[in-house]
Amino acid sequence: MNIVVLVKQVPDSGADRNLRADDNTVDRGSANNVINEMDEYAIEEALKIKEAHGGEVTVLTMGPDRATESIRKALSMGPDKAVHVVDDALHGSCAVATSKVLAAALGQLGADLVICGAESTDGRVQVMPHMIAERLGVAALTGARKLTVDGATLTVERQTEEGYEVVTASTPAVVSVWDTINEPRYPSFKGIMAAKKKPVQTLALADLGVAPAEVGFDGATSAVVEHSKRPPRSGGAKITDEGEGGVKLVEFLATEKFV
Amino acid sequence: MAEVLVVVEATKEFGVKKVTLEMLTLARELGTPSAVVLGGAGAADALSAKLGEYGAAKIYAAEGAEIDGYLVAPKATVLAELVNRVQPAAVLLASSQEGKEIAARLAVKLENGILTDVVGLDADGTATQVAFAGSTIVKSKVTKGLPLVTVRPNSLNPTPAAATPAVEQLTVSVTDADKLAKVVERVAEQKGSRPELTEASVVVSGGRGVGNADNFKLVEELADLLGGAVGASRAAVDSGFYPHQFQVGQTGKTVSPQLYVALGISGAIQHRAGMQTSKTIVAVNKDAEAPIFELADFGVVGDLFKVVPQAAEEIRKRK
Repeated sequence: MNIVVLVKQVPDSGADRNLRADDNTVDRGSANNVINEMDEYAIEEALKIKEAHGGEVTVLTMGPDRATESIRKALSMGPDKAVHVVDDALHGSCAVATSKVLAAALGQLGADLVICGAESTDGRVQVMPHMIAERLGVAALTGARKLTVDGATLTVERQTEEGYEVVTASTPAVVSVWDTINEPRYPSFKGIMAAKKKPVQTLALADLGVAPAEVGFDGATSAVVEHSKRPPRSGGAKITDEGEGGVKLVEFLATEKFV
Repeated sequence: MAEVLVVVEATKEFGVKKVTLEMLTLARELGTPSAVVLGGAGAADALSAKLGEYGAAKIYAAEGAEIDGYLVAPKATVLAELVNRVQPAAVLLASSQEGKEIAARLAVKLENGILTDVVGLDADGTATQVAFAGSTIVKSKVTKGLPLVTVRPNSLNPTPAAATPAVEQLTVSVTDADKLAKVVERVAEQKGSRPELTEASVVVSGGRGVGNADNFKLVEELADLLGGAVGASRAAVDSGFYPHQFQVGQTGKTVSPQLYVALGISGAIQHRAGMQTSKTIVAVNKDAEAPIFELADFGVVGDLFKVVPQAAEEIRKRK
């Protein structure tokens, strides 16, 4: 099975994250950039399917030059190769345009199965799997906590607000995974060394047949008008329990009319 | 006034969800709300009274197995046809997984911008979003097409405004391409009478400090006394204390209740990402240095196994 895993480089969610003052895009220059955590689960799932059913795993990333670090990191977990869509004209692209570029790349790669994380930690928008599936005319099985592959039939178990549901589709399809699906492996020393030699193909917009005017700020379907830092919350009263902590807590709740 | 389409979210158990009422309230500021029910057979009938109570002037309904037997694709197709026909001033959906997914497909079908996790929307289409774990406020606009936004639960107070909506059944003409992801089984899990996590006005969450699954009864007890939902930190979920669907924070749910009670939660940034915009935060933690206290309007440094039972007792006394 030809599996492509979508990997996004994001600013580390454990550190301070900002939008740029000059063009309102995510500040990636000063941030510590990492693989979107949920994508590691997608890579793990792809590797497990390859181990059980054979095939090839390709990492696909759209991002600036520095996304190469995350691509090598992804490859060190075990995928065979990577494709990096990189083009200055992509800076400022909205989700709709991004899905157009990724769908074009996936079309060229001829993936049977596309796996990605359910959401990225920077935008948390959750729209990419369905946008790509809509463009490719294939099924999207999103938010999987379990994925079973039987020939060309995919079966996904997904959490819903009322319980869970079981959903099936045939390949080709897009599957997004939640972090409950597996436990991603750590790259081994051998894996890290091997990753340095794995092929990483770069593709520009021209290679994908997408015009620069369709992406970036020019092609954006939405725009950030302004942004500001929310004033940080300041801690209020803090008491140490000396036998009356529970009562004092309820007294506070009562003054706020919660009790 | 122009129509504003509000895509209804509802559950079998509780009917119309609060976020739908919030969207109807918001839609009234922008034009005349029309509710869109996309669901199983008879879905609109069961919901129409409530939708009318909050100002839906009209209800569009697309119902049946063609709609709810598959993941969101058929819903997006029906909605796209409706948008093309009525040319609404805006389309509002809930910022749930399903709401975002329908909106995603609609955005591609119409080559239309999309804004998610919106907490406010002005008449000129400027949306307010909260980004980066609640640390950044963003004002955005759709610059191509109509305002297509998903609204985060607990963004505003729903207010009633009675209307008597007529129901218009939509013809469902979904294609084979919409029926690729087939739902073969739906399993309802016991949820009890607690409100849904993202919509609850009170959330009581437990973390690693709760110690084990059995001790979560203490968290549940306090939640029930306050009429709230139960949440859990990632540490608690990863340790198997509580199911994943109740996880609050990054890789879990984002909540914004009136009151958030954090029990035995240290307050790692990944947790704060999911609860930092709560109106009032209280915390109980035995570690006086825990970062959760930096957010808490009221904090108790102490053993939660002493503080929480005492608080529960005190609430009972006052009732």
